[in-house]
Amino acid sequence: MSTRTRPSYPLSGLAIVLFGVVFLVPFAFILLTASKTQQESALLDFSWPDRWAFVENLQAVIEARDYLLIVAFINSTILTVASVSVVVILAAMAAFVLQRRRSRLTRAANLIILSGLVLPPAVVPTIWVLQKIGLFKTMPGLILVEIAYAMAFCVLLFQAFIAGIPKEMDEAATIDGAGPLSLFFRVVFPLLRPIVVTVVVVQTVFIWNDFTSPLYFLPGDENATVQLTLFNFQGQYTNSYNLLFMDILLVTVPPLIMFMIFQRQIVSGMIAGSVKG
Amino acid sequence: MGVVTATVAGAPATTVPEPARRKSPYPYWFVVPGGLIFTIFFLVPSVMAFWFSLTRWTLFDQEFIGLDNYVQFFREPALSSGLWHTLVYAVTTSGLKVVLGMALAVLLTGPILGRGFMRSVAFFPVLVSTIGVGLTFQVLMHPTRGVINQTLELAGVTGPAWLVDPDWALLSVAFVDVWQGIGLATVIYMAGILSIPGEYFEAAKVDGAGAWHRFRNITLPLAKPATVSVILLSLIGGLRKFDLIWAMTKGGPGFTSDVMASVVYKQYQAGFYGLSTAGNVVLFLLVILIALPLFWFFNRKDES
Amino acid sequence: MRLGAVLLAGALSLSACSAGSLGSSDDANGKTQITFLTNNDPANVKVAEAVIAAFEAKNGDVDVKLDTRPQGSEGDNLVKTRLSTGDMADVFEYNSGSLLQAIAPQTNLTPITGEPWVGDLDPTFKTVVSGGSEVYGSPWQTISGGGILYNKPLYAKLGLQVPKTWADFMANNAKIKAAGTAPVAQTYSDTWTSQILVLADFHNVAAADPGFAGKYTNNQAKYATTPAALAGFQHLEELKRAGYWNDDYASAKYNEGLAAVAGGTAAHYPMITFAVTAIEGAAPGKTDDVGFFALPGTDASKNGVTLWEPSGIYIPKSTGGDKLTAAKKFQAFLASPDGCAAQASATSLGGPFAVKTCKLPDDVATSVKDLSVYVEAGTASPALEFLSPIKGPALEQITVEVGSGIRPAADGAKLYDEDVKKQAQQLGLQGW
Repeated sequence: MSTRTRPSYPLSGLAIVLFGVVFLVPFAFILLTASKTQQESALLDFSWPDRWAFVENLQAVIEARDYLLIVAFINSTILTVASVSVVVILAAMAAFVLQRRRSRLTRAANLIILSGLVLPPAVVPTIWVLQKIGLFKTMPGLILVEIAYAMAFCVLLFQAFIAGIPKEMDEAATIDGAGPLSLFFRVVFPLLRPIVVTVVVVQTVFIWNDFTSPLYFLPGDENATVQLTLFNFQGQYTNSYNLLFMDILLVTVPPLIMFMIFQRQIVSGMIAGSVKG
Repeated sequence: MGVVTATVAGAPATTVPEPARRKSPYPYWFVVPGGLIFTIFFLVPSVMAFWFSLTRWTLFDQEFIGLDNYVQFFREPALSSGLWHTLVYAVTTSGLKVVLGMALAVLLTGPILGRGFMRSVAFFPVLVSTIGVGLTFQVLMHPTRGVINQTLELAGVTGPAWLVDPDWALLSVAFVDVWQGIGLATVIYMAGILSIPGEYFEAAKVDGAGAWHRFRNITLPLAKPATVSVILLSLIGGLRKFDLIWAMTKGGPGFTSDVMASVVYKQYQAGFYGLSTAGNVVLFLLVILIALPLFWFFNRKDES
Repeated sequence: MRLGAVLLAGALSLSACSAGSLGSSDDANGKTQITFLTNNDPANVKVAEAVIAAFEAKNGDVDVKLDTRPQGSEGDNLVKTRLSTGDMADVFEYNSGSLLQAIAPQTNLTPITGEPWVGDLDPTFKTVVSGGSEVYGSPWQTISGGGILYNKPLYAKLGLQVPKTWADFMANNAKIKAAGTAPVAQTYSDTWTSQILVLADFHNVAAADPGFAGKYTNNQAKYATTPAALAGFQHLEELKRAGYWNDDYASAKYNEGLAAVAGGTAAHYPMITFAVTAIEGAAPGKTDDVGFFALPGTDASKNGVTLWEPSGIYIPKSTGGDKLTAAKKFQAFLASPDGCAAQASATSLGGPFAVKTCKLPDDVATSVKDLSVYVEAGTASPALEFLSPIKGPALEQITVEVGSGIRPAADGAKLYDEDVKKQAQQLGLQGW
């Protein structure tokens, strides 16, 4: 990416306005509702709060159900970090071989992976499997399940991008005496940095936002994850929209910060990659 | 890249015959750990579930009824409209995501100020839980009090009733789906665009190629892995989508925004576990029928 | 890649812990600990906490741990899943009536037919927490009535009387519309509310045809072909055609409906009285402006209210030993005056208790007092879902269609009859 092109001001201006309207207006609604009192928020109006209750709501949400939110944050973080780290490495390794080595076996594997994207998870049989192995209602069990669910998507993405890395690089490294592990981790993986970061970001979001898997495979209030806390603020018959939206804000902010940090990585990783190439 | 190519090109064709059992630099065992987890925790339960589609299952006991569930599923009154809605929804959302995602990605990797900020802004919707998105847009799309229609009023246009209008409900959810998912498509595209070495663009500029020309001849073809991924993922996602539809309309008003996935979910909700599993199998077959040819089409182009 | 290896190692070690293990403490200082599972509606949780506190005060040797689950059908599925995988809490709250039948009580729950407090239960409630010849549950919260919530000040202003027949009701509506107020509020953004006009009419159906529930279960009576039953759907159609709905009926939400009837912008809102807790939140201070009357039918002398029975507290078969003893005590507590008092302290009650020895406090909402009149006079009967295990899942969508004018009433009733067939077959009922 050449940094010498001068930024275009009219284009920037247009982009900022467009983005502001399309993406920020809904965000504004969430923020405003999170700052209202319960009665006002029940009206679900797009309006400035009569009384600014942001801090009270913040307190109420954090303290709700004995600081359940804090426990949930810890659980979600552990779950997300562990699952994403493992799935990225395993999926990249698998995708590497599946893409490079064209044989009947790998073609069959690709079909299975495609099915993986399409098949919905079967909850009760998964519980039986977990029970048999003895991992039901444990964090490692849930992590393995999330990894399994993420596999297809990650392998597909990685395969697509590995296809863009010329095979000559592999051959050069192999000729130089590199074994498969070395070839993969020293040569190919670094080149995949932008897509690795993308996959990390995307899977972090998916797993962070997943509420059904923890609900069924790691039940119990002490094991709550952040999405579950959203349920605590909506009843079928009662509603505290202000607390609900405050919770949504709190739950959305960590992945957002993570994304803001990592999106720089995508860019810098790419510049490095293209120079090396 | 130039140096490496030269080395390989310059080397003589290997005269030493390759030993019959040469260890491949792509060993199968790389696939094993991931494959094992995938198989045990995903494939096995899914196959087991398939068995249940042939039974009347209350979770407590099961009664084998052969293909009765499938017959019942096809007799579902909301099914044919559900099928049509599914196709409309999938094509609309993936079409928009592919086109707009690419456009946004080009914009966000181009010469504008505040790129980092705007990328985060565009990605923000992806992070918000579906419940939040659903509720927010229910408010924004309110026929009389919603901001969208009020703004249209200012321009003299009477907006449709969006989510409560039988003709617009499905499309309204589709638009929100695109709003929510475009950040993801853009991120994938950005990764693709950023993997194109800057020299290609430089060279093209030197040759006098204009922006559109550069886009068509460099960006588009070289970002193909990204494009293929986005098409496949958004199409499959669109065909299977239900959580946003559920959060916003529950398939309503009436049955007008019901898609296959929400039909199946309602059966699951009602406790018809065997029937909903059969429905999932049917949905699975439908998606594979559409996704597989596409997948082959793209991969064949790859190999040529 | 070094970073990768470090990450992997870190992740694996992290996975060994979870905040749960960091926070929990298994206290075994002579107390029996039991887990109680209920839904996580904030109002419900408040009641649960009050009940647990009162129970533990009376039973110092038992420690009750509250566990929650989502409401609605996600919660239903969770309960069924946990029961079927043998992983249920020691005692749990769940619906009664047809939903109870769906979790196979004879297979999964511990019968408590012989317990002393069973005789104190309201007889109708007893039937809805039974399976076969055994009783399985004690009541959680109160009985509610389904009918019409109405704005009392508006009625006083226009000089209207509580209608005893449908014709009277429509006459009132005409006057209300002429005075410039929306006669009936509907809130189709929350689809479940659209069913009330059909479901709360059941007292009238049973009055006209006493054996309907039994015949319905045996596939011998249908909504489309029984005039009294079809009336519910026709009422929706009639009201829509007369233009008596509020302007934003298609997109209004439950809370807005409550606020409208409490504030007087709508005269009537078909609803169940458990809504009383939410009225205070939606329209503070106006709860007592809201009255209640039963859905009128064709015969004024047979006018009465359709009742919704409370949820039940059940013990799964998986609970045993000391925990079983403790769980039974918990169940019994909820069928006692102390249990009722604890519940009353934490919420505004939506109706009378299902326990004969519990009295309603005097400070209940006006609408609840109106409901009690019917219950004490005996002009009340349970809704169909408590007399028959069959309730089709698509009813709320169909009633939205009929109420929106998308589908005619006769068609809607027929569609519902079709829908119900699936449920019956799923339950393995004879004759379907």
